[in-house]
Amino acid sequence: MADEVLLSAKNLVKRFGGLAAVNDVSVDLWRGRIHAVIGPNGAGKSTLTNLLSGDLPPTTGSIHLGDQDITGRSPERISRAGLGRSYQKTNIFLPFTVWENVRLASQSRAQHAASWLRRATGYAGTNERAEKAITLAGLEHRRDAVAGTISHGEQRQLEIAMTLATEPQVLLLDEPLAGMGTAEAERMVALLQRLKEAHAIMLVEHDMDAVFALADRLTVMVNGQVIASGTPEQVRNDAGVQAAYLGEEERS
Amino acid sequence: MDFSNFLLQLLNSVQYGLLLFMLAAGLTLIFGIMGVVNLAHGSFYMLGAYLAWSLSSMFGSLTLAILLGSVLAVAFGLLLERVLFRHFYHRDHLDQVLLTFGLIYVFEEMRSILWGDDVHGVNIPAALGASIPLTDHLSYPVYRLFMSGVCIALALGLYFLISKTRLGMKIRAGAFNHDMTEALGINIKRIHAIVFAIGVGLATIAGMIASPVSSVYPNMGSQVLIMCFVVVVIGGIGSVRGALISALLVGAVDTFGKVLLPQVAGMLVYMLMAAVLLWKPEGLFKQ
Amino acid sequence: MSAAKSHLEVLPRSLQLLLVLGVFALAAFPFVSTDFYASMMARMMILAIFAMSLDLLQGVTGLVSLGHAAFFGIGGYFLSLVSSDSGTVSLWWTLPGAVLASAFFAAVIGFFVVRTHGIYFIMVTMAFAQMLFYLVFDNKEIGLFGLSLRLGGSDGVYINLKPDAALFDLENKKVFYFFTLGSLVLVYLFLRRVLWSPFGRVLAGIRVNEHRMRALGYGTFGYKLAAFTLGGGIAGLAGYLWGAQTGFVNPELMGFHMSAHAIMMVILGGMGNFAGAIVGAFAFEYLLHLFKDLPDIGGFRAGKHWQLWMGLFIVLVVAFAPRGLLGLAERVLRGKEKHHG
Repeated sequence: MADEVLLSAKNLVKRFGGLAAVNDVSVDLWRGRIHAVIGPNGAGKSTLTNLLSGDLPPTTGSIHLGDQDITGRSPERISRAGLGRSYQKTNIFLPFTVWENVRLASQSRAQHAASWLRRATGYAGTNERAEKAITLAGLEHRRDAVAGTISHGEQRQLEIAMTLATEPQVLLLDEPLAGMGTAEAERMVALLQRLKEAHAIMLVEHDMDAVFALADRLTVMVNGQVIASGTPEQVRNDAGVQAAYLGEEERS
Repeated sequence: MDFSNFLLQLLNSVQYGLLLFMLAAGLTLIFGIMGVVNLAHGSFYMLGAYLAWSLSSMFGSLTLAILLGSVLAVAFGLLLERVLFRHFYHRDHLDQVLLTFGLIYVFEEMRSILWGDDVHGVNIPAALGASIPLTDHLSYPVYRLFMSGVCIALALGLYFLISKTRLGMKIRAGAFNHDMTEALGINIKRIHAIVFAIGVGLATIAGMIASPVSSVYPNMGSQVLIMCFVVVVIGGIGSVRGALISALLVGAVDTFGKVLLPQVAGMLVYMLMAAVLLWKPEGLFKQ
Repeated sequence: MSAAKSHLEVLPRSLQLLLVLGVFALAAFPFVSTDFYASMMARMMILAIFAMSLDLLQGVTGLVSLGHAAFFGIGGYFLSLVSSDSGTVSLWWTLPGAVLASAFFAAVIGFFVVRTHGIYFIMVTMAFAQMLFYLVFDNKEIGLFGLSLRLGGSDGVYINLKPDAALFDLENKKVFYFFTLGSLVLVYLFLRRVLWSPFGRVLAGIRVNEHRMRALGYGTFGYKLAAFTLGGGIAGLAGYLWGAQTGFVNPELMGFHMSAHAIMMVILGGMGNFAGAIVGAFAFEYLLHLFKDLPDIGGFRAGKHWQLWMGLFIVLVVAFAPRGLLGLAERVLRGKEKHHG
């Protein structure tokens, strides 16, 4: 599959009152690449993710998914257009089982999503999609557990599984490694590497080891603005970045 | 509609609007600061009316009744907050709706036991009984101007309290961020008690001053509650400024509606609410 | 909304068995009791249908409506509007008509209110229902499209002739009782089906985490509106039956006290599984009669002040038993199963 730009965001600005949380940020996401966005807290990374997923409308700027203009569209329309997003703060259905969480996510893509009288669990297409997602995320052995009772790391995996069950082309992953132990983090990194081939991935992360292991491209944000963008090597050697951010990380 | 009639309706609409504001301000403040929805808010209005009647009968003076009643109302509000409402703050909205709905029943029955179920009138104090001539053939009751005056005075007092005093600053901080405010050593419990007492006080005083005009009867609380809700929804819950503008708007639509379009008068305010909801589902001045 | 704590979607076997026994008991009831009590039971069953329609909104979808009684009232008033003293009307078009009329109003009102959330939703549903209440309360008659509709104002309207079912005679009290029981069972089975359908799963997802549902691509506004409309239609069915059973409709059927009672029934029984709504309706009505029939204690007319007891009861239940009777039963039965398991 040839490399192509799946998501293109240009000159995004988001103002809250007088404050620009995101100030002239552009980013392109290519199939087969992981594009990491890093920066200190308050840099605007979450806001950027929210702009791309439709949770917030941009003040100015544009976002294109393929050749569709999705600027300002609602989250559900953007999801249907092929963008999937996972959340920093685990955003799953706690009272449902792991299987039901993923099945419900998968059902969103089914033709019969609104059918009233047949049993929901009896639809082969939906179930297949859900099986694939659960297996990919490595949660087959936990299918019947109630989501609220599984471990934090497993919940982060479920978070991803749900996003995958909607078969998106573009993945926005907001700190998927947050709060994970070493073994779990390694599994998650392996998963992301497997996903890379078929998707365009934007990864917001604080875990620098994971970022440098995974990222094909890197964007550094500080105070809402992009201060460097390019390959990991280029960014690492950028003096401004070293001063503002990476230096602090290495010290801490 | 000729000018004098228009003036009359305008004055009526402002007076009604200001009265609604007294109720809506309390409701919206209590929700904005403590996150409690209180279905029994109308009961305080009723309480005020019955207090006005029983105290003015007892002491022969409405003015005295209002002063005494205000004190009693604030005390009652503090007690109620301490004993009951304080425990509702962390409950979800459904629970609060039901708990306060249960309270409506309890208040109605307490009223029935204490004061009976009859309808009563309250006399306007002699000093306020006159009418001011507006034009050649139209005069306006002084008492209604007095009502508006009291509402304006209390509204200004509320504004001054919230914007210009330290207490007001603490109140606003509490609405913004509970935990932070507590961490700064501000006694959030006392703030809550005060805000609740203000809300109860405003509603009760509204009932007291309105009693000569509206009479005193069972279920008067429920009727005014629904208007109060409409005002708060239109204005934006938690916004006192929104409550004022919305209350005046509702007062105008209702008053002029009854005169100009009597067939649909009852529905106009709801149509206004529906229109606002289409445009801004969280009210005009969402916090 | 605290969905997790007040929820009981899957009924344990023992409770299911109890429900089936309950249906048999209801079927046997008119044969072992008087007409008076059978009528009372019929009314309780009708309220159970009303409560189930609210459970779809509240227990399943998480929409707390303080105005659901409006649609109950519309069903009843529809019957009164099509009925006349000069002859019977056919059940077979008036009943669906009532359901459609209620569903229509629910769709229109829903279009405005479903876009609001949380406390706003509660307040606007109450407001719109009160609008309809006052429309009926203030007008003995209303002219619409050249027709004069008799609304009856605060006095209400009498419905003197039961609808004509052709195949069976609804004027016969036992027949009407079984028609009501049949409706109750059918509505229950239908709603259980909906609960486990793809549509029902979406509603449950919306209750638990609407934000995530949108992020997954679901147009939640449409689903909520559909639930609101369906719930309204079923409430209209209940209202129609109520009008037929009691022979009388008045604005109180639409009032917010009625809406709040319905919420209480659903809470009392246990939300989200429809069985709780049935249990709650019966329990609530039974309690209401109990409180109203309290004897005078030394000059204090306890029965007259039934609202006091009802109010205190509501406060106690909400404060201490948020998962209702079925929740309590489930806890007890689960405890027993653990011991024997």
